Amino acid sequence: MSITATAGHAHTDPHQIGVLIEHPGPAPKRIVTAYGFWIFLLSDIVMFSCFFAAHAVLAGQTAGGPRGSEIFEPSYVAIETVCLLLSSFTCGMASIAADVRNRLWFHVSMAITCALGLVFLVLEFREFADLIARGYGPSRSAFLTSFFSLVGCHGLHVSAGLLWLLTMMAQVFAKGFRADILRRMTCFALFWHALDIVWVAVFSVVYLLGSAP
Amino acid sequence: MPAVRTVEATMLGKLDWSAIPLDQPIPLIAGAVVLVAILGVLTWVVVKGHLSYLWNEWITSVDHKRIGVMYVLLASVMLLRGGSDAIMMRIQQAVAYQSQGYLPPEHYNQIFSAHGTIMIFFVAMPFVIGLMNLIVPLQLGVRDVAFPTLNSVGFWLTASGALLVNISLVVGEFARTGWLAFPPLSELSYSPGVGVDYYAWSLQISGIGTLVAGINLVTTVLKLRTKGMNYLRMPMFCWTTLASNLLIVAAFPILTATLAMLLLDRYLGFHFFTNEAGGNVMMFMNLIWAWGHPEVYILVLPAFGIFSEVVSTFSGKALFGYRSMVLATMAICVISFMVWLHHFFTMGAGPNVNAIFGIASMIIAVPTGVKIYNWLFTMYGGRIRFATPMLWAVGFMVTFIIGGLTGVLLAVPPADFILHNSMFLVAHFHNVIIGGVLFGAFAGFEYWFPKAFGFRLNERWGRAAFWFTFLGFFITFMPLYIVGMLGMTRRMQHYDVAAWRPWMIVAAVGVAVLTIGVICQIVQLVVSIRNREALRDRTGDPWDGRSLEWATSSPPPVFNFAFNPDVRGEDAYWHMKARAKQQSPERDGPEYQDIEMPRNSPTGFVCAFFATIMGFALIWHIWWMVIVGGLGAWATFVVFAWRDHDEYVIPAEEVAVIDRVNLEQRRGLISMAEVG
Repeated sequence: MSITATAGHAHTDPHQIGVLIEHPGPAPKRIVTAYGFWIFLLSDIVMFSCFFAAHAVLAGQTAGGPRGSEIFEPSYVAIETVCLLLSSFTCGMASIAADVRNRLWFHVSMAITCALGLVFLVLEFREFADLIARGYGPSRSAFLTSFFSLVGCHGLHVSAGLLWLLTMMAQVFAKGFRADILRRMTCFALFWHALDIVWVAVFSVVYLLGSAP
Repeated sequence: MPAVRTVEATMLGKLDWSAIPLDQPIPLIAGAVVLVAILGVLTWVVVKGHLSYLWNEWITSVDHKRIGVMYVLLASVMLLRGGSDAIMMRIQQAVAYQSQGYLPPEHYNQIFSAHGTIMIFFVAMPFVIGLMNLIVPLQLGVRDVAFPTLNSVGFWLTASGALLVNISLVVGEFARTGWLAFPPLSELSYSPGVGVDYYAWSLQISGIGTLVAGINLVTTVLKLRTKGMNYLRMPMFCWTTLASNLLIVAAFPILTATLAMLLLDRYLGFHFFTNEAGGNVMMFMNLIWAWGHPEVYILVLPAFGIFSEVVSTFSGKALFGYRSMVLATMAICVISFMVWLHHFFTMGAGPNVNAIFGIASMIIAVPTGVKIYNWLFTMYGGRIRFATPMLWAVGFMVTFIIGGLTGVLLAVPPADFILHNSMFLVAHFHNVIIGGVLFGAFAGFEYWFPKAFGFRLNERWGRAAFWFTFLGFFITFMPLYIVGMLGMTRRMQHYDVAAWRPWMIVAAVGVAVLTIGVICQIVQLVVSIRNREALRDRTGDPWDGRSLEWATSSPPPVFNFAFNPDVRGEDAYWHMKARAKQQSPERDGPEYQDIEMPRNSPTGFVCAFFATIMGFALIWHIWWMVIVGGLGAWATFVVFAWRDHDEYVIPAEEVAVIDRVNLEQRRGLISMAEVG
């Protein structure tokens, strides 16, 4: 019946040529939530891109202070990167565990994700503390300003992500895999993976390009 | 003694009694008036026993219609504040010929900064976002926006930013830097006070609110449309809402990042925009205008949508060139990101760069011109009714064309070198923002008021408001074009050029006429509320409308539609009416079903409460209070996430009772039309 209605209608609507696909109506909540969160992530990436742009402008402005190649510790950054990439994998495991409603594996995977995130943050914090102790804090030069801001902005996101992660664990512990909690878990996983992508860009633009002598 | 001072510094940061401007009567009196007004309203609410109604039905409401109304209310109140600033500036420039006038420079500078900030962020933005919130779900034929609770959070964060700006009136000071706080003037070394901090933190907080609203409306338009509402069947206002909110999502993070950089410079001694250690001032210009130019279109695109609805409805015709209108809207959406450099041609980027941006700026006038012709051709051959919304629409077309033409003139780099930062520029952007955005907001206000409240506004006072505002606008701003050509730069506290004087006096007279227009608008509201029974609209369709918001009662029930409408083409409701007239009365007793709606939540209000505390604490360096505010906001969300029931059910019987009344009224309307 709906097919004939559609076909009949196609003649009355001069803008529709050929087959007309009727919009089926509002999307289910799961889709809507994830979609909205994707849009948020895109806006977050726009914000990061401003800090990347600022870094591109200011990277050469060392004002007599150190350049990137003089202060970056490749081994530190390598461990940080490995931690974050691994945590993306364990976060994926947590998503699968949530999908099959396995509480034990969910909590184990989330706990490992949390631990890896913490290691990342501790390493980043030590790198920052070390630089500041040597007199290379963010007010030393415009280059260090943009370096600390860009990397620190990512670090702040990871910290917020960890707070969210612990809240998610507590929620699943207290309430189980309710539909709304699973929707939030989808958003959290998207957030965590997006931070990984941003880190890949940070690693390439700040550390790899910046290490060139 | 030093120990006492340290304790005070820990508890109160930079805040002490010197923050209250006891020596300046104007802000103190203004602050006192606002305080008395707020306390008066609160007392009235409590004494009359409306407090629980206010809390349950409005403050904690997650209904998009209520939130939309609150946005518009916030914008209207702030319009009075921003308008007062404008009156003070016009009087100052009228009297400050070879004298200091009545406003000292530091106060005058705060006033023009506050005027711009308030008018853009707390009048224009909430007004258009409020109208989009109110109408778009209705036009799409759905029951709510995508994220109802976040919608409430977004509104209250905007209100929180507005509150902080107004607190700066009596506690501390506002920025003296102009509405975009250009460094190095806005850096700590040149603006050591809290003014720039008030500016930046209030915009950060309200900016988050705007971003939330943007994400919400984009998701609503793209994912929540009723059955059969294909993209090319959406009303024009939904298209412009989509374009405007895509711009919000893409542009507002730039503002957030830029202000964050400025704040890092000010709070932690970073060197993004300083003159020292390699900072780059022009990077601020590029970043802020990469947000600022799309912002112009964020404001004006929804207004274009409103005019499209109004012109089509009051001409009794479908919109001319619907598809070209969609294309023009999306073209503006994209090109608006490619013209930002025309705000600083004088930076010296070189002739080639300037030429490219100049040409891009002229190109964006093409889709705008397409729109103007589409509206004109919609009117051509139509049966035009000059109700108040239509007056605003026609007034807009005349005014906006002038503003657009001076804009194309400014897009020519050599001309811009002469007119940059002159009163000509001031006249130009007021010409497009008042003539475009404000006229659009007023048209939408008059047009959709009956939908929101169930009664129409008084036409006589509405017409008076239009004519006074329209004439007042021209008397105020045409002289500014002339003094701009005579060499007057913007933001002058006093001047010595005799040739400017007469024009400044004419502009001051113009602002008086504009003020009469605003008073007419207030009188219109009061008169209409008093005579609301006579103006009552029971049909839900007072203007013979074409889109789905008119297919439900006025005001709509909380669930908007008892059944999700089934859309078969453009102008969905127009065709429903046409079909209903042809067919025999529709089937009796449709099968009503239970409807699930989101429960109200104080999350938005509580979250904004903590955000205000946090913002205030950050401005005054009260670090313990910052932590309290941050933890409070986070805890609010955890409590929200913890609740077990986020929806309630409206039983089918109740839906039936509400909907039958609506159907009855509507049948009466259609049979009346048959007789007529």
